[in-house]
Amino acid sequence: MSIEARFSLTYPTSASPAFALDVDLQLPAQGITALFGPSGSGKTSLLRCIAGLEKVKTGHLVVNGECWQKAGFFLPVHRRALGYVFQEASLFPHLTVQGNLDYGAIRSQRHQVTPVDQRNIVELLGIGHLLLRKPERLSGGERQRVAIARALLAVPKLLLMDEPLAALDFERKREILPYLERLRDELAIPVLYVSHAPDEVARLADHLVVMKDGRAVASGPLAEMLTRLDLPIRLGEDAGAILDATVGAMDADWHLARVDFASGSLWLADHGVAVGSPVRVRVLARDVSLAREQPGGSSIQNILPGRVDAIGHDEHPSATLVRVQVGQAMLLARLTRRSAAALGIAVGQTLWVQVKSVALLE
Amino acid sequence: MNTQRKPGKFWVVVALSLLLATSLVQADEVSVAVAANFTAPMKKITAEFEKTSGHKVALSFGSTGKFYAQVKAGAPFEVLLAADDETPGKMEQEGLAVKDSHFTYAIGKLVLWSAKESFVDDQGDLLKRGSFEHIAIANPKLAPYGAAGMQTLQALGVYDAIAPKIVQGENIAQTYQFIATGNAQLGFVALSQVIGEDGKVKSGSAWIVPQKYYTPIRQDAVLLERGKDKIAAVELLKFLKTPYAAKIIQSYGYELGR
Amino acid sequence: MMLSPDDWSTIRLTLELAGLVTVLLLLIGTPIAWWLARTDSALKRPISAIVTLPMVLPPTVLGFYLLVAMGPQGPVGRLTQALGIGLLPFTFAGLVIASILYSLPFAVQPIQQAFEAMGERPLEVAATLRASPLDAFFTVALPLARPGFITAAVMSFAHTIGEFGVVLMIGGNIPGKTRVVSVQIYDHVEALEFTQGHWLAGGLLVFSFCVLLVVYHFNPMAPRKAAN
Repeated sequence: MSIEARFSLTYPTSASPAFALDVDLQLPAQGITALFGPSGSGKTSLLRCIAGLEKVKTGHLVVNGECWQKAGFFLPVHRRALGYVFQEASLFPHLTVQGNLDYGAIRSQRHQVTPVDQRNIVELLGIGHLLLRKPERLSGGERQRVAIARALLAVPKLLLMDEPLAALDFERKREILPYLERLRDELAIPVLYVSHAPDEVARLADHLVVMKDGRAVASGPLAEMLTRLDLPIRLGEDAGAILDATVGAMDADWHLARVDFASGSLWLADHGVAVGSPVRVRVLARDVSLAREQPGGSSIQNILPGRVDAIGHDEHPSATLVRVQVGQAMLLARLTRRSAAALGIAVGQTLWVQVKSVALLE
Repeated sequence: MNTQRKPGKFWVVVALSLLLATSLVQADEVSVAVAANFTAPMKKITAEFEKTSGHKVALSFGSTGKFYAQVKAGAPFEVLLAADDETPGKMEQEGLAVKDSHFTYAIGKLVLWSAKESFVDDQGDLLKRGSFEHIAIANPKLAPYGAAGMQTLQALGVYDAIAPKIVQGENIAQTYQFIATGNAQLGFVALSQVIGEDGKVKSGSAWIVPQKYYTPIRQDAVLLERGKDKIAAVELLKFLKTPYAAKIIQSYGYELGR
Repeated sequence: MMLSPDDWSTIRLTLELAGLVTVLLLLIGTPIAWWLARTDSALKRPISAIVTLPMVLPPTVLGFYLLVAMGPQGPVGRLTQALGIGLLPFTFAGLVIASILYSLPFAVQPIQQAFEAMGERPLEVAATLRASPLDAFFTVALPLARPGFITAAVMSFAHTIGEFGVVLMIGGNIPGKTRVVSVQIYDHVEALEFTQGHWLAGGLLVFSFCVLLVVYHFNPMAPRKAAN
């Protein structure tokens, strides 16, 4: 199952510089796909095209085998089984929270929402105590949670989220992010998530589409995309790899936690996450060093065996980025070209990977 | 140089102003309130008056009731040509007008008129048959011609039968509009509104209502308190009684007051 | 009480007229306002201008044109006669139609402004929640534009009550059919019946004040806190 989206449109604007969107994407119909890029790169336009809010003449859209748009056919927005969360919560001010939730629920005729579904979603987003309030009496974070619940209760086959956290301050973001993670982990609805915030993408996305000037310059699974050397994609300050892992053990004496991923384990500072919890960690290229022999007497705790997968250029001519395969996972390491030469780094070479620091994404 | 010229110019202006002012003393200006139905004849009369006397006349047209209220509130009119003979008398009693200055300048003629040719017969029998949808009459409370129309209907004994068909204009001008646009098939207006140059009704059909059916519509003129010492005001009132003015007044379908 | 039975019947007729005109204006004005608020059509400006025309035209001008148009030789008059309705001047129906035209801008503008202030977003949200355009109009646009509708209703009602020139031109001042309060006041004042005039005029003054009070209650000068 997948989402096929082909759109091209031009805004013949005289006021602002002309904008053109031209994309041809094949996206997985599962997990969270982030549409990432700077503002003005066409992320929101693409999302609106997919929703049908932007009526593009030349467009082709198939969602899970169901055609929403093709030449000579345009399924109106209200007939598309989608949920849309706008940047501002956009709750109906004349309805209570319950009224807002019911609005989509009673109109999605094909799938009746059972009270159990309703209770689950209300619980998932922690808005049970707000049901009788009017939107004007909600905080920004609460409003956005209600808007997400409202979209979910319309039984979407595809959830579209347009920078749902962008209008919120840091604290509110921290409040909502865990709900979005639960959404990803507990519901089987594919999500297209527009964002220009690296931390959100790093934490939530499974799949990444990088947008620039109205085009999708890259598209693929997040972990793979972040370790590409031809097109270093930076989420934040530095290049780095992201690993999905589980908290495997605690070391109470040293306040450390061990996270296990597909092909190894890493120790990091214990942040009180319970054993067994799924976590996402980030390993920045600058925190990874390579050694030919298994290091002994090193201060570095995390040492894994690996194999050089590829070698690429870095921004500064003095440095090089090396992609190392550790089991199934890929890590990036930044070396000076001199030390790479001294080590004789070559593709296929096996060596030891030392990870100085691991960041838990939360 | 400039500073020396300025006083020279100044004195020229003063001298000219003085000249103008003296000529104005002789050529007086008079402000006159005129009943709306007398608009056309009064314009003609005034034009001639201004030519022969050198005075200036400022005419305001409107309803007599409104003029009464305005004069009472201090409006600067010096002469009133009313549409009735009650208001001028009342104004003399109330000290708004000069005692015993009023006289009848014209007697209005009532006409039953229709914009349609040969609709109104010259006996007014149509009123008895009642074969029409609407008959327009000026508000009898406000307009003397309206009151005269009502009297005519009553005198003919058809008022009760016709009452539901009556539509009222606020004044005879509006009543004329109702009929002219055909919305009312006929109605009572002033002869002066429908009379042509040749003394006949211009268009449509009409019955000049015999005087016996209604109280004569005497229109009186009066010298108002403010015009007491105005030569032009007194002269204008005199001019209204000249044969020249009388000819104009009659040509508009009015009778002359004795 | 200083009011005569005739005055009272005039008041009743005026309220009936204003009530009916208000209801009809909301029905007619809403689609016009909706279209004006959302269209990009080149016709938007000309149509806006036509709708607003009665606001700037002297009522007697409008009244005179209506009298001519609705008359036996006028286009509207020919149509109504052909339809077997007869002529409209001097009838209550004619008064209703004239009042609707005359008060149209007072109904359309507040509703249009409310629709414009609402913007596109609520309708987009409704569409993504499976509401058809018509459904969204009734369940989202109308409730959100409520203050505009209240203003429109109150202004239409009040404006119809205060209307004078148009009624004067086409009404014919028929007791119980077309004689409304404003004309009655005019007649009282013209006939120098100042006491009765005062009672009616004073009543109209108090009424108009209350109406404006209601409008300002629902549309306070300070912008309402956006409910996002």
